[in-house]
Amino acid sequence: MSTLEIDRVRKAYGHLEVLKEVSISIGTGDFLVLLGPSGCGKSTLLNMIAGLETITGGEIRIAGKAVNDLSPKDRDIAMVFQSYALYPTMTVRQNIEFGMKIRKVAQADRGRAVKTASDLLQITHLLDRKPSQLSGGQRQRVAMGRAIVREPKLFLFDEPLSNLDAKLRVDMRTEIKRLHARLGTTIVYVTHDQIEAMTLATRVAVMKDGVVQQLDEPQAVYDRPANVYVARFVGSPAMNIVPAVLEAEGATVTAVIDIANRPPARIAGITLSPEAVRRYAGKKVLVGIRPENFSIASGDIPPSLTIDFDVVEPTGPDTLAVFQLGGVEVTARLPPKQAHAGQEAALSVDTSKTVLFDIDTETRID
Amino acid sequence: MAEALSQSSKMRLGRLAIYACLVIVAVLYLMPLWVMVTTSLKPLDEIYGGSFIGLPKVVTLDAWRAAWSQACIGTECTGLKPYFVNSLLMVIPAVALSTGIGAINGYILTKWKFPGANFVFGLMLFGCFLPYQAILIPMARTLGLLGLAGSIPGLVAVHVSYGICFTTLFFRNYFVSLPDELTKAAMVDGAGFFRIFWSVILPTSIPIIVVSCIWQFTQIWNDFLFGVSFTSGSSSPITVALNNIVNVTTGRKQYNVDMAAAMIAAIPTLVVYIVAGRYFVRGLTAGAVKG
Repeated sequence: MSTLEIDRVRKAYGHLEVLKEVSISIGTGDFLVLLGPSGCGKSTLLNMIAGLETITGGEIRIAGKAVNDLSPKDRDIAMVFQSYALYPTMTVRQNIEFGMKIRKVAQADRGRAVKTASDLLQITHLLDRKPSQLSGGQRQRVAMGRAIVREPKLFLFDEPLSNLDAKLRVDMRTEIKRLHARLGTTIVYVTHDQIEAMTLATRVAVMKDGVVQQLDEPQAVYDRPANVYVARFVGSPAMNIVPAVLEAEGATVTAVIDIANRPPARIAGITLSPEAVRRYAGKKVLVGIRPENFSIASGDIPPSLTIDFDVVEPTGPDTLAVFQLGGVEVTARLPPKQAHAGQEAALSVDTSKTVLFDIDTETRID
Repeated sequence: MAEALSQSSKMRLGRLAIYACLVIVAVLYLMPLWVMVTTSLKPLDEIYGGSFIGLPKVVTLDAWRAAWSQACIGTECTGLKPYFVNSLLMVIPAVALSTGIGAINGYILTKWKFPGANFVFGLMLFGCFLPYQAILIPMARTLGLLGLAGSIPGLVAVHVSYGICFTTLFFRNYFVSLPDELTKAAMVDGAGFFRIFWSVILPTSIPIIVVSCIWQFTQIWNDFLFGVSFTSGSSSPITVALNNIVNVTTGRKQYNVDMAAAMIAAIPTLVVYIVAGRYFVRGLTAGAVKG
């Protein structure tokens, strides 16, 4: 059974439509990440799930029950906010207890719940402090504690890590992942950080302009992006998108890409469905190649392309090599010390990971 | 070395000039208070004997006693005491109500926004710029219709309605700096409109509550125009009674009593400033700093 169903949900402010028929469904224990740039409607959607924004059209169901007209407190949810939103005049303990007090939970039970949650989050020694005496990471933990004691069907996280510094963000990311594994709760998590999405999610919904571009497991979103937008948004450095012409060779196709002052690159052996082969043979398309799918050609496999490196950026574990391909700048991720600026190189491409996009609709060709 | 010395002595000279200026200005500023205090402690004969500025030869509290409980206001010689009580009866409910309503207004205008909230706030701001004189006649008519004319509750109503514009402005601007996520978190926790107000919003607002109280207290306590227009006789506030003591005299003008009476009328606002003044400055700047 699905814990959260978002069924053709719309949101409009007057004539401005910020969400257009969004449908997402996740099961118990899923970790759904809503990923997108600011203004794509992801936070609005989260607030609608929480009941903090009204729903213009469609239906949201939590554990099978339509919640459109329920107030936040009746939806069996808990939420962690970007600014943590801890009550500034209350101690940590009072912050965590506040919701239970309103629900008239007996004092002994409250104490037990606070103890369990604070042990879990290692904030027991902070219980009598005020939020202003806590560091960012500690505030974050308290905010999570406040959500945990609620024991909701659904946890909602609104960009919870974006106010932390880089090091702490990575630590807290691991912490959230561990918490999810231990509590087995269902989580909806909003972020604009694609690494958070990749590391945390069991399902990712990539959003743009109020439309879900792709809803899938993180690896599938990474390997088989639904369109050029998703391909560019997920992954760092971004996927290279290069214009090419397709040539059919039996059941597979070869992408032919122009290179200035050199013979064209021929990336052969890309598998497509027979209809797609028929439809796109001889046509212009966009080829998507992840930086790590380039490699220096070695003896047994013939190289796909020969190019000159423009710029080489060593990052430590590997080297990013930039060169021109099909009139655009392309980045390859190579082992360290294998590339030098100005050097000529023969590269091969992992065609099993290469994706093709229609040049007009920019959607993936299968 | 010599140069450094002359540099520092120049600095010292500059300092001296600054302090001298400050002392002169302070003396000028405190002069009236000095005259008031010394005059109020002198017997009347000594004042008429020509000593106006100097220290009293004989210190006596007779003038204070007279101002408090014996001076004649109109035909009744009760001193300021009953009017002081009137003013307290007026100022306490008026300050409490206008601050409370202003707080709720500010809360609604920032955390429970409705379409047109900013327009409503604009209209309320407009009230801050209305001159007192402009509303005297319509207010008198309204009080008459409400059956509150000439009474202390009527005066309270006037001050509350006139003060709401200011208190709403204070609280609205303070609450605007509180993150909206605070209210949202409380809603998810299950708190309703008033619970959020009491448990989350008000405890964070102590500085602005103090500002609002000080402001309203001084405005209302010191008000003369509304007091003289909407009350009469024994229901007058202390400012009106003070005016009557000073302006209506038979025989010799009792400068010492007048001075003592003026100071009695001014003491409550002074006390409020001294007790809560540091919150006043803190509260005025509190909105600027994120906590």
